[in-house]
Amino acid sequence: MSGGVAAIRGGFDHPMGGDGERKKRRAEEEEEDDEDNDGRGMDAWAWEALQEDEAGLLRPLDSKTLVHAQYRKRLLLRSSAPSSSSSRIQKGLIRYLYVVFDLSRAASETDYRPSRMVVVAKCAEAFIREFFDQNPLSHIGLVTIKDGVAQRLTDIGGSPESQIKALMGKLECSGDASLQNALELVHGYLNQIPSYGHREVLILYSALNTCDPGDIMETIQKCKQAKIRCSVIGLAAEIFICKHLCEETGGSYTVALDESHFKELLLEHAPPPPAIAEYAAANLIKMGFPQRGAEGVISICSCHKEIKVGGGYTCPRCKARVCELPAECKICGLTLVSSPHLARSYHHLFPVTPFDEVSSMFSSKLNQKAPQTCYSCQESLAGHGNKSNLHVTCPKCNQHFCLNCDIYIHESLHNCPGCESHRSLPM
Amino acid sequence: MTAAQSKLYSDDVSLIVVLLDTNPFFWAASTSGNLPFSNFLNQVIPFLNSLLLLNQHNQVVLIATGVNSCDYIYDSAEAGGRNSIDAANVAAISSTILNRLENFVTKDARLAKGSDKAAAGGNGISSLLSGSLSIALCYIQRVFRSGARHPEPRVPIDSCIVGPQHSAFLQQASYITGGVYLKPQHLDGLFQYLAAVFASDLQSRSFLRLPKPVGVDFRASCFCHKKTIDMGYVCSVCLSIFCKHQKMCSTCGSDLNQSPPDSTRVSRS
Repeated sequence: MSGGVAAIRGGFDHPMGGDGERKKRRAEEEEEDDEDNDGRGMDAWAWEALQEDEAGLLRPLDSKTLVHAQYRKRLLLRSSAPSSSSSRIQKGLIRYLYVVFDLSRAASETDYRPSRMVVVAKCAEAFIREFFDQNPLSHIGLVTIKDGVAQRLTDIGGSPESQIKALMGKLECSGDASLQNALELVHGYLNQIPSYGHREVLILYSALNTCDPGDIMETIQKCKQAKIRCSVIGLAAEIFICKHLCEETGGSYTVALDESHFKELLLEHAPPPPAIAEYAAANLIKMGFPQRGAEGVISICSCHKEIKVGGGYTCPRCKARVCELPAECKICGLTLVSSPHLARSYHHLFPVTPFDEVSSMFSSKLNQKAPQTCYSCQESLAGHGNKSNLHVTCPKCNQHFCLNCDIYIHESLHNCPGCESHRSLPM
Repeated sequence: MTAAQSKLYSDDVSLIVVLLDTNPFFWAASTSGNLPFSNFLNQVIPFLNSLLLLNQHNQVVLIATGVNSCDYIYDSAEAGGRNSIDAANVAAISSTILNRLENFVTKDARLAKGSDKAAAGGNGISSLLSGSLSIALCYIQRVFRSGARHPEPRVPIDSCIVGPQHSAFLQQASYITGGVYLKPQHLDGLFQYLAAVFASDLQSRSFLRLPKPVGVDFRASCFCHKKTIDMGYVCSVCLSIFCKHQKMCSTCGSDLNQSPPDSTRVSRS
């Protein structure tokens, strides 16, 4: 079924660069998600969890080094700038993103189980949460294409809940998809946002064609002049017009091979993309940093117009109460954030330097006293038996870390424990 | 100045990582004040022992936060397991902790001599809390990796402030992670605060009334003067916070000449 169609679908521009490797990773993921595979019956791929070694004997995948190798590839791809330790790429941190859902009849195809639309909606929910987690000052709006007409599903907003609620409603698929109508609609909306924001569109396209009322090339030029960065994730095959759109506007075009690949491609759009400097004006935005109220305080909140007890934040300018941050004060319009929200974006601008790989045999050759334990978790770095044991070291503080800490530090923690624990090092 | 700790949960069993602040500038200044360092240790070490007594599977890790370095002091799992806690064991643990702490503080002070002397004067330097927190989180990750398959572990950060001032940073950290923030009023009874509030495991916390802070200070400090502000200007490129309008951002060098729109938006639902 889906195994047969996979050969026909386009697999261009997907990050793994090798079909066999990707299947191995998928099989590994399925081993882990055995319990919650929605009864999809993925036993068909169980044989791919095995590999042959040099003698032709079967052995299970060495998942630990495989996971680490994938992580290294992701890391080096992301920081593909020349490896100067102070390479700081400017990123668009205040993003106004419209996500366009294709609800044409192509989205009701069942090659993604249960249907393309359901898979897209589920992954989009995870994407929206991840997006607001990584970009707390940004806004998302949702647009749908159905019956050749584009309609706005939700207004652009800064809180994930209202967007996700709209996604959970019934979404029916019918008719044709019109790329031009979607772009025209989004272009109209994105004209109204402040000049310091980065304008982006992400189109999740299932159809293989587009039915447009006019010349789509003109629309693409209009979007390019309005500095809107358009990206597309295709679910079917590569289409020239999408590729042209993305190339013209500086976005990325990827085509998904299956559900897990689609989710991976979608989540890659959560971190901020490298910004083109003249795309958004640099401005000083006035923001307020409210205090959280004590538990017993009773007041009327300005967002729900209800009486609330305890908690809540007070706008420093007009003293109105808002329920959660980040928000815009409904009374005076001041953007309200807390400093943890701003701090969450700093790691995009100042990423942790990738660590260098070191094999313990190598360092003992240099007559150095190789540390026996990982600096951060105290796990032993000595090898077991004849497995080649790899560990990494930070180029700035020269501390040694194990592979698991390496992944954790670069993907979640965004802090090198060695650099943070030494004052004498220059920041 | 503080003893922050993080815990993880599996039934009643806790892993508690205690981050002890050994900032010599603070402790030297407080010998004539409320709580000398030796008294402080006299309260904390019995607290650590009592944690081990609460449940035989509890694990305690002590990490010291210095001004020039951070390091592991004690890990109850590495001693090869303790079959029975008796008087000799408790004394052994205490003396191990004290010896290693002394070595750490001496080493920390020695590291200071090598670095910039000018920074060592004045009103003291801050402790490297972010370093010890990072180390603690990596350790917790390691325990979770080798244990049962859990999703992201819940790690509340509890803060116990021993110094004179409230710490906005730890207030925020404890609030966001769901931990307890406490600044004890009577420091000579510190052990009682520790044992009553911070020794509770995560399962019990759902039906205990633990102290809540009066409010959480989410204000930011400006990059130019380091003073706390509740309204400021944020550079749209690098998110640096300034208290006054400026022509150029000092962090990213962007030209900020345009007059600031006061974040008004045309569309409103």
